[in-house]
Amino acid sequence: LATAARPVAAAAEGLEPNSWEEITTYNNYYEFGTGKSDPASYAYMLTTQPWSVTIDGLVDRPGDYSLEQILGEMTIEQRIYRFRCVEAWSMVIPWNGFELADLLEMAGVQDGAKYVAFETVLRREEMPGTRYPILDWPYVEGLRLDEAMHPLTLMATGIYDRPVPNQNGAPIRLVVPWKYGYKSIKSIVRITLTESEPPTSWNKANAREYGFYSNVNPEVSHPRWSQATERPIGGGLFARRQPTLMFNGYQDEVAAMYDGMDLSVYH
Amino acid sequence: MGERINGGLRRVPTWALYILGMLPAPWLLWQGATGALGVEPIRALEHELGQWALWFLIAGLAVTPLRRFAGLNLLKFRRALGLIAFYYVFCHLLVWIVLDVQILGQVWADIAKRPYITIGMAAFVLLIPLALTSNNWSVRKLGPRWRTLHKAVYAAAVLGAMHFVMLVKGFQIEPLVYLGIILALLGLRMIPRKRRVAVRQTAG
Repeated sequence: LATAARPVAAAAEGLEPNSWEEITTYNNYYEFGTGKSDPASYAYMLTTQPWSVTIDGLVDRPGDYSLEQILGEMTIEQRIYRFRCVEAWSMVIPWNGFELADLLEMAGVQDGAKYVAFETVLRREEMPGTRYPILDWPYVEGLRLDEAMHPLTLMATGIYDRPVPNQNGAPIRLVVPWKYGYKSIKSIVRITLTESEPPTSWNKANAREYGFYSNVNPEVSHPRWSQATERPIGGGLFARRQPTLMFNGYQDEVAAMYDGMDLSVYH
Repeated sequence: MGERINGGLRRVPTWALYILGMLPAPWLLWQGATGALGVEPIRALEHELGQWALWFLIAGLAVTPLRRFAGLNLLKFRRALGLIAFYYVFCHLLVWIVLDVQILGQVWADIAKRPYITIGMAAFVLLIPLALTSNNWSVRKLGPRWRTLHKAVYAAAVLGAMHFVMLVKGFQIEPLVYLGIILALLGLRMIPRKRRVAVRQTAG
C-alpha cells in the first residue's frame, strides 16, 4: 500500500471522507441521465467485464491492455482527495488506484508527446442518456503531459477498498483532484498520447464556460455562477457553504506547472 | 360530457384547491429534512419548488384555452392557480436566499451579475403586483385596467421558463419542453375568434 516515497500531502490532514451512500448516490454521469440520482438508478446496465483500455498515439508499446493486465503491473494505494464539482458542491473521497504516470511509463511515452487524450466507453444500448444530444458523445477529456505525469493524478479502480461502482465510473477512471470534477473522466476505454491539445467534451459544448485547463479557482467565476464558495455534500438542509481553495487545496503541489500563465485566460 | 364535467367542477370548493395545491411545499421541506430528497437536499428542494411554480403557472395559462377549445370551464379556479404559483415562486426564492446562497451580499451580486438569476428575479417582481391585486376589491377598483395588468403573467411565465433553460448544463430537453408549452398556450390566444353571425335568426 502507500509507501513513504509517495506524496503525503495527498492524504491531507483532517479530511473527513463522505459516506459511501453520499459518494454513490449523488453523481454526474450524463451518459445515464442528467439527474443526480440517474447514474445510481441506471448505471447497472453498463457491462464492465471484460474491460480493456486501448493505449495508442505517441507510445512505444501501443495496444489493447486488459484491465487484469494493467492491474497486474500496478500498485494500488489509497488516496483521500477533495473532489470539487464545477456546480459548486464538493465531497471528500477515499479512492483506491494507481498513478497515471505508472501506466504511461508502462506504455512508454515517446518524445513528441505533449498531451494525453482520454475517452469514455460509448454503448448506446447500455447508456440511456446517450440517446439525447446532451453532449457530443463519446465523452472525451485531456491533460497536458506534465499534468498527466503529476504524482497526484490517479487512475482510480476503487472507493473505500471496494471496486468503483458503475455510477462513479467503473471499472477505471481518472482523478485529477485540483481540477473541476468533469476533468476526471469515467469508464475509460482509450488513452492517446498526442502532440497537440486534444478536444474535451465540455469545452466543445461551451468553450466560454469550460476551458481546457479547468483548474479549481475561486477567483475565476463560471459565467453563470460564482466559484468562490462550495457546499460540502452531507450537511443536510442547513449545510453551510465553505470557501473554495485555490487548486482545490493542492496549490503547493501543482501551482508551479502554471507559472506565468494567466489563469483567467487559460481557465 | 363537457356539461357534466363543468357541473361537477362547480361543486368543488376553491379552498380545497388552495389546501391541496400548497401542501407539496411543506411536504418537500419535510422530505428534505429527513433525507428523502437525497444527500443534497438544498438543490433538490430549490428545483422541486421551481418546478411546482412552473406547473401552476402553466395550469393558470391553460384555463382560457381549455374553455375556448375544449369547453372546460375552470375560470373559478384561476385566481387560486395564480396565487399558488406565486406561493411556489416565493418559496423557491426563499430557499435560494436562505439555504442555498446564505450570504446576502452574494444574493445581490448574483441578481445583478448572473443573467439567469436576473431573469428569474424579474419574473418574481412581475408577479408581485398580480398577487397583491388577486382579490375582488382590486378587480372592482381597477376596472378594465385589472385585465391589462394581469397580462403581465404572460411575460412572467416566459421568463420563468427561460430561467430554467438558461441554468442547465449541456443540451437538455426538459426545460425546452416547459418553454414550448408556455409559448403554445400563449400562441393559442392569438388565434382570432370566429365572428358571431346570424344571432338574429331566432327573431325570424
